Amino acid sequence: MPQVITVDVERCTGCHSCEIACAVAHSDLGELFEATQQDPLPQPRMAVVALGEAAVPLHCQHCQDAPCAAVCPQEAIQRLDPDGPVILDEELCVGCQACVIVCPFGMIRMSADGKTALKCDMCIDRQQAGQPPACVEACPTGALQLVEDADLATEVQRRILEAMEAALEEQYQQAAPS
Amino acid sequence: MTAPEERSIDSAAQQMIDRAQQDEIGLAWDRYEEMQPQCGFGQLGICCRICHMGPCRVDPFGDGPQEGICGADANTIAARNLVRMLAAGAAAHSDHGRDVALTLLEAARNPDSGYQIRDPQKLRVIAEEYGVATDGQSVTKMAEAVAEKTLAEFGQQEGELQFALRAPAPRVKLWREQGLMPRGIDREVVELMHQTTMGVDADYRNIMRQGMRAALADGWGGSMIATDLQDVLFGSPEPIRAKTNLGVLKEDHVNILVHGHEPTLSEMIVEATRDPELVARAKELGAAGIILAGQCCTSNELLMRKGIPSAGTFLHQELAIMTGAVDAMVVDVQCIMPQLAHLSERFHTKLLTTSPKTKMPGVEHLEFHEDQALEIARQIVSVGVENFANRDGQRVQIPDEEMDLVAGFTAEYVYTLLGGRFRPSYRPLNDAIMAGRLRGVAGVVGCENPQIPQGYGHITMAKELIRNDVLVVVTGCSALADARAGLLQPEAALEMAGDGLKEVCEAIGMPPVLHVGSCVDNSRILIACAEMVAEGGLGEDISELPVAGAAPEWMSEKAVAIGYYVVASGIYTIFGTPQNVLGAPELHKLVVEGLEDIVGASFDFEADPIKAAHMMIRHMDKKRAALGLDEMMYEQALPAAAS
Repeated sequence: MPQVITVDVERCTGCHSCEIACAVAHSDLGELFEATQQDPLPQPRMAVVALGEAAVPLHCQHCQDAPCAAVCPQEAIQRLDPDGPVILDEELCVGCQACVIVCPFGMIRMSADGKTALKCDMCIDRQQAGQPPACVEACPTGALQLVEDADLATEVQRRILEAMEAALEEQYQQAAPS
Repeated sequence: MTAPEERSIDSAAQQMIDRAQQDEIGLAWDRYEEMQPQCGFGQLGICCRICHMGPCRVDPFGDGPQEGICGADANTIAARNLVRMLAAGAAAHSDHGRDVALTLLEAARNPDSGYQIRDPQKLRVIAEEYGVATDGQSVTKMAEAVAEKTLAEFGQQEGELQFALRAPAPRVKLWREQGLMPRGIDREVVELMHQTTMGVDADYRNIMRQGMRAALADGWGGSMIATDLQDVLFGSPEPIRAKTNLGVLKEDHVNILVHGHEPTLSEMIVEATRDPELVARAKELGAAGIILAGQCCTSNELLMRKGIPSAGTFLHQELAIMTGAVDAMVVDVQCIMPQLAHLSERFHTKLLTTSPKTKMPGVEHLEFHEDQALEIARQIVSVGVENFANRDGQRVQIPDEEMDLVAGFTAEYVYTLLGGRFRPSYRPLNDAIMAGRLRGVAGVVGCENPQIPQGYGHITMAKELIRNDVLVVVTGCSALADARAGLLQPEAALEMAGDGLKEVCEAIGMPPVLHVGSCVDNSRILIACAEMVAEGGLGEDISELPVAGAAPEWMSEKAVAIGYYVVASGIYTIFGTPQNVLGAPELHKLVVEGLEDIVGASFDFEADPIKAAHMMIRHMDKKRAALGLDEMMYEQALPAAAS
């Protein structure tokens, strides 16, 4: 079953811990202190952006019909497993930036030296070792969650129902004589 | 959840951790695991909360902000954060020193205070240093004058701290030239706070310079005053036998624990536990007697001077309550986990706070006042005795472990120890180093931290050092960790020390690891280094000595203050886990390299205690070579680092 990282925007405090954890997870040794000494420095594959007053962590959505994979002239971007994430092979990448241009979420960026594109791999290595993606693990408030694709629709429905209930309750309270 | 043996290498601790896991009681190690992963910005030192434009943070990896809203870069931010830790640590030690000086004043002025001058000899030496008239003066007059002189140094605005002049002349000259000579104890901390507030100092090197001056005001000021005046009041330690670990608690006795850092109250509690009325009351309630045991540095103070048993270190504080046998736990200041308030509720243990600086919601506060010291101490002991009746025998589970140790070494006692009573001298120590029988001296000090299995850092490092003919001096939790492992026994030298150190230990009858006191007593190590220089043959300054320092399991802000006064005194020092500077490349470089050019010593960070011991040994070998000393007699130089 395909997986997706969901964001509960109300829980995100904008601490950027997920970004750091992402960079460390994609460093040579996977350890914070060592990562700070690495040259070149490791880079995160996701970003926390400001949306009005809210902070929103953005990830690659691992699209089913992924435009980045479709345009890559090197076939460096592929979905290796039908249920798995869309993976970019940095060894094959020639740095043409086609994927950066077509990504509908702007979630592919170039490395600091401009030689290769970088994107989220949903921490496939960590997941194979039984660990959650680094950003999910690092989130101190649980705003980031790894969920099965199939659960997603019901989760969204649940949130909408909760919001409707809260709105109805508020109306009821306002209407009731004090 | 990690297994008990991954959390502590002490078998007594493992038993209590195991008990907590079965009873589903959370301990520091559990809270540490729940806290993972910890905030990277905080760990790297690049989160700034100094003004309300922030919080700001510098992006250590990505293309995010490289400076805060005011424009402070990573180096400025991390340096400010680091020295503010240092300032708090220096404040803690120095405020402790102030309280001791105030107690000395009370002892001098109030004949009914219950305090006495137990070491008039040391008082006279200090009085002469301060230019106080000693001929024909009564002890109380001298004590009053010394208390006033030392207290004045806290608020002193100009000039120099008297005890800083105990350092070798070239070191004093260097401090003056580099603007590091502390002028007043409180002033350096206050100035550091000013210098690091929003919009003042943006030069990380200048921030670190004032940081070192505040640290020196602690090491050669507040801490040294604490050590010396405690010796004056409670007696200078001399080698003494005692026991440590949770096994010092006894099922059939009232068990009272004193935990924290200051001996002013606990010295009185020692007397109160011997009060015939209270002992009789304990027996009336069915106890065989009253046991008093210490934890953390309050323990070290009582251990050094009175041989009072020690129930353990920082991470033992929760474990002691887990025995179900502690009738009262009395805390003063520093390193007291707020969690004790909740944990003690799950057992019968009565937790008592005593300092106006340390209170906990829901915990009984029996405030200590120096002018009624003994009376309050009696009340406290009485609470423990009466609570014995509430103990649930079914829930008592005391580990058997208790280890013999010898504590009570001081910079002054080394004269007698090495030279004998008739020709006291540091000469034999210097000679042993010069001849290559000893490689050098290492100070291994500091805290405990769930980041490292409890005791693993301290004990492994100490063993590796003594194996390589390095004499090890220890304080604080490091000393008590080594004590648990039997390293503070003279016999241990025969088994674990190198041949040269073994010869020295056998000739003198001392352990290869010397317990020199609490964490304020790191000042004793500074004095010992100054004495080694003064004795001659090992260079003109502390930075030339084949010595090194380490804090393998540090966690407290006080460790930062200690680290910086030790390095600023010229002693190469290794911290286990890194200081919070790795997000600031230029500051990091200054700390691990650049300080060498300013004060003749710098830091290194190495969490592996064997690797760290080897770095210390290589440093000593480098200093030995620079001094042109003889080859090592037995344990040869280590091969060069593999890197």
